Amino acid sequence: MKLSSKHLTLLVMATLIAAAPFFFPSGYYFRVGALIFVNALAVTGIVILTGYAGQISLGHAGFAGIGGYACALAPVHLGLHPALAVVLGALISALLAYLVGRPILRLKGYYLGVASLGFGILVAMVLNNERELTKGPDGIEVADLGLRGLLKDWGLNLSNGEFWYAFTGICLVIGAWIALNLFNSPTGRALRALHGSEVAAGTVGIDVARVKLQAFVISAVYASVAGSLTALQNKFVTPDIAGFMHSVEMVTMAVLGGVGSVPGAILGAGILTLLPQVLTVFAEYEQLILGLVMMLVMIFLREGLVPSILRKIRGRGE
Amino acid sequence: MSLLQIERLGIAFGGLRAVHDVSFSVEPGEIVSVIGPNGAGKTTLFNMISGVYRPGSGKVRLKGEDVTGMEPYLLAKRGMSRTFQNLQIFQNMTVLENAMAGFHLQERGPVLADLLNLPSSRKRTHMAEEGARALLTRVGLDRAADREAGNLSYGSLKRLEIARALAMNPAVLLLDEPAAGCNAVETEEIDHLIAEVAKSGVAILLVEHDMKMVMRISNHIVVLDHGEKIAEGPPEAVSRNPAVIAAYLGTEAADADR
Repeated sequence: MKLSSKHLTLLVMATLIAAAPFFFPSGYYFRVGALIFVNALAVTGIVILTGYAGQISLGHAGFAGIGGYACALAPVHLGLHPALAVVLGALISALLAYLVGRPILRLKGYYLGVASLGFGILVAMVLNNERELTKGPDGIEVADLGLRGLLKDWGLNLSNGEFWYAFTGICLVIGAWIALNLFNSPTGRALRALHGSEVAAGTVGIDVARVKLQAFVISAVYASVAGSLTALQNKFVTPDIAGFMHSVEMVTMAVLGGVGSVPGAILGAGILTLLPQVLTVFAEYEQLILGLVMMLVMIFLREGLVPSILRKIRGRGE
Repeated sequence: MSLLQIERLGIAFGGLRAVHDVSFSVEPGEIVSVIGPNGAGKTTLFNMISGVYRPGSGKVRLKGEDVTGMEPYLLAKRGMSRTFQNLQIFQNMTVLENAMAGFHLQERGPVLADLLNLPSSRKRTHMAEEGARALLTRVGLDRAADREAGNLSYGSLKRLEIARALAMNPAVLLLDEPAAGCNAVETEEIDHLIAEVAKSGVAILLVEHDMKMVMRISNHIVVLDHGEKIAEGPPEAVSRNPAVIAAYLGTEAADADR
């Protein structure tokens, strides 16, 4: 059987994720790896929205916030298992994305960018100010997922770092599989078509507003699940997860790696997650560095790292 | 009842009557051309029929149904497709994918099936691919199937756009200057393609500058000048019509000709 590029991408990803721990000098790197995977998952959602459909959101951190706080609040107030809280968060995010996106996506142009920006800020404000529920800016504790204990009972004893590395790695591969499925599906073609030309998309019968909304909802679910995984892994979540800088980080990661490409999204997330780990000054200058990365990519690598490199390799091959 | 019926269609932009009181109809298998000097309102008329502009007055009927000002994707569902004067190709996709996108109405299905790559989704994609490959062969682009659409020559892109429009199996096909910018060979290829499509029973409405082509393939010609219909009829009659000659060459030339 011929290996499609989708299966090849997934195989390389899974191999890299499985092999990387053999080169880890310390257990700390499991934690860094898990951070990268969670960010990459959120950015994969951005690839679907921005890379496939050509729509821009500056408020996706808002959905991450909803996913994160669903895991903090639903187990306490509703008695839900944390795993079900992830699902609940995703459903709420999807519903909100639908309600925000439906009126906005009927309009052409960059209205979604502005509306989503407002939405993200609103979520961050609610999380900061509804102290009785969210405990405000200091953050709130999150219950244990319980899966690691379960694995232990079955005889698979993993350290906390190892477990989250493996678990988020598996989630990322599943997320990438779904995004790659979409790419070559009828819906994916409709999304890419409207990105190419909205007028022409209309003439072949694509309901442009409807498929845009589908992309927005799907990408919101990605951000929400990533937010949930972050909260569960840290056993703690603060309103920063929904902050504007987090939204900008997601977009920058996607743009750096190549916004139309799933492997690109993962590379971009990897680089921008690693940077602050190796460069301690990063925290202080984060906004400066993100801005600079964005500018340099736009000037020198319009398509982002992975597509530009692929083009170079193919160009040489011919 | 005609397949496509245009009734007293008109639109004004800030007091300027771009199109005024234009009526005609198109039957299945017929090629109707709209001609006229630059600025006569041909493309505006086209944009009103295809739902890009909402007409100020008048009606568009498709298979008897009033579709005036309906959005393009709804018109597509009812069997109307079009191409564009300034190409609207999905440059970010391959040639094959462009043609497959034309099958959207037939290949679309539940999003969840697409996300999970369920057999039903793969089946729909497979169906669209088969159809798209057949269409690409028909327009002579089968060997370019896997190329980036943006890398094709102008004439090839014109044919790709027609292929994409044919994918949805339209009852009415609107062609906006399909031969514009094409060389003689390319024009002839497109010429044959249009005639063949009409023969299969599709009603074709054509806007074209290439008079030779219009005279050669049209069954019926509608002439616009300053937004109004000044003549209509079979090619030979229209080409001898003094009002038409006047519109194209000026009144003096028409007088001198007499």
